[in-house]
Amino acid sequence: MNLLWMTVVTALRALRRNVLRSALTMLGVIIGVAAVLTMVSIGRGANAAVQREIQSLGNNLVMIIPGATTANGVHSGSGSAASLTVADATAITKECPAVTDVAWAKRQVVQVVYGNQNWATAAQGVAPSYLSVRDWRVGAGRFFDQQEDAGAKPVAVLGQTVVDQLFAAGEDPIGAIIRLKNVPFEVIGVLARKGQTAWGQDQDDVVLIPFLTAERRVLGTQILGTVDMVVVTAATADALPKVERQIRTLLRERHRIPPGQDDDFTVRDLNEIAEASKNASEVMMNLLLSVASVSLLVGGIGIMNIMLVSVTERTREIGVRLAVGARTEHILLQFLVEATALSLVGGAAGLVVGIGATRLIAHLAAWPTLLSAPAAAGAFLVAGAVGIFFGFYPARRAARLDPIAALRYE
Amino acid sequence: MAPGMRPLIQLRDVWKVYHLGDVEVRALRGVSLDIRAGEFVAIVGASGSGKSTCMNLIGCLDQPTRGTYRLGDADVSTLSVNERAAIRSHRIGFVFQNFNLLGRSTALENVALPMIYANVPFAEQRRRARELLAAVGLRGRDQHMPSQLSGGQQQRVAIARALANGPSLLLADEPTGNLDTQSSTEIMDLFLRLRRERRLTIVVVTHEPHVADYTERIVTFRDGRIVSDEPQAPSRHATEAVRA
Repeated sequence: MNLLWMTVVTALRALRRNVLRSALTMLGVIIGVAAVLTMVSIGRGANAAVQREIQSLGNNLVMIIPGATTANGVHSGSGSAASLTVADATAITKECPAVTDVAWAKRQVVQVVYGNQNWATAAQGVAPSYLSVRDWRVGAGRFFDQQEDAGAKPVAVLGQTVVDQLFAAGEDPIGAIIRLKNVPFEVIGVLARKGQTAWGQDQDDVVLIPFLTAERRVLGTQILGTVDMVVVTAATADALPKVERQIRTLLRERHRIPPGQDDDFTVRDLNEIAEASKNASEVMMNLLLSVASVSLLVGGIGIMNIMLVSVTERTREIGVRLAVGARTEHILLQFLVEATALSLVGGAAGLVVGIGATRLIAHLAAWPTLLSAPAAAGAFLVAGAVGIFFGFYPARRAARLDPIAALRYE
Repeated sequence: MAPGMRPLIQLRDVWKVYHLGDVEVRALRGVSLDIRAGEFVAIVGASGSGKSTCMNLIGCLDQPTRGTYRLGDADVSTLSVNERAAIRSHRIGFVFQNFNLLGRSTALENVALPMIYANVPFAEQRRRARELLAAVGLRGRDQHMPSQLSGGQQQRVAIARALANGPSLLLADEPTGNLDTQSSTEIMDLFLRLRRERRLTIVVVTHEPHVADYTERIVTFRDGRIVSDEPQAPSRHATEAVRA
């Protein structure tokens, strides 16, 4: 204990003797630890943001959209066929036990006009259940009910982005009359802000109106009862595959699709999409993390290099220590402690720099970041391990010096 | 020191052979030497005569290629590296021509160095180091750095360091080689006094006649062999120093 303490004191003194050299040697470790910490913070921040987005989509959503049409050899893309109907949606409610809630929607981009302001946005005719299925809330006013939908009433609920575009700051949109395709609508509510999806779409840039109102007064339709999408919820994430299976079976039956032929609709599990984007951000983080680790490795090599120089410089000192009774392990320990002190002090400085860099990035680039104590501790310990690993070879070299040759060394 | 008593140092037909590339260097060629406890011996000879090699063997810094070396009851020729380190730590003190002090450590820390490796408690290290510095006439210089001390004072620090763990054997390799005559005399007087006070056995390697004059026995090396081993009466100056 006494000896170890003396060794630590000696090591720190040796490092202080050459402040500039020690600082430059530590630089690799400082950059490595700082980079690891910053990368982990950014990665965790991104992951947390994705998690929030998954939440914002609504819980355990499955989306069904019509399939592609083919007319005269021209494929029109997903959703172009008028193959999905309100009847399909209500059938899902009845026939699929794993489904907890169903909503449907019809959408079109229209020009919304209020006073002398106008804004192009997605007008969506939705079933009254749409709000609960999407796990959305009304921020002000109210949502339309079953009766207003059945009566095709001209009422509208606006997304925050639309409110921001049409109304002056501080102006209350509730009760205002807006026009969609020249049809006047009364604004009865404003949706709570939901933010962007993981793929960058603004979910608040929307006007919600009753489905029947949309079908009959605004968007028009060729075949009554067709919808652009059906959204259903499952009770749990585990039930999602079952829900998908049941819906597929039911819809194939209803659409009379013979076995072996493709679906005329697409069923999508939104959690899967969110998971994919989360995985992508994790891959990115791991990539950056490995680059940061390389810098830690390079820092270790720098330590080894300077320790070898130090051993050579202090050959005579080693000789003296051996002559007065130091054992090989005393010398080994001394240089090992010195290398480890270099890497640990560098590691601590790296933590400070890393926290600073993370704050700076969060501030300047407005990226979500999340500092992590385990990552900080991990990076620090790895730095220490790097010091021990790369310090071992020079230390062993010092310990194996021949005392006579070392004493004669000029 | 009674006749018949087993010698402290016993070299028997010791050879030391080095290989420098293809060249074989026979530094010692069959050296046998007994030194009894309490003796004050000078080893003299030209450079390359093997006297320093012999000194390194006696100091357990090296192992003989052939032959045996007994130090007290230990057969050094069979000891491991760390066992020899333990002997150097507790039983032998070294004094070098160029002092070999640690330049960035104070006089006190230099003296305490051997005690660190002998696991002496910290407070005891400080106490003993202070005492030893006083014993070599450097009271009050505890916190001086070697660069702040004269050559003679630095050699005194080195001697205090050599005595740190209370060894019975003091080995000095050209201890006055870097000193002026005045300092040389003081250092040799110090050896005499310490020998008397601490019952030390002292072996000095030197090529300076006036240093050898202080000793009671002169062993002369030439070409790796002992060519003469003569007792002598210490010089008048030395005798006076002993009486003083």
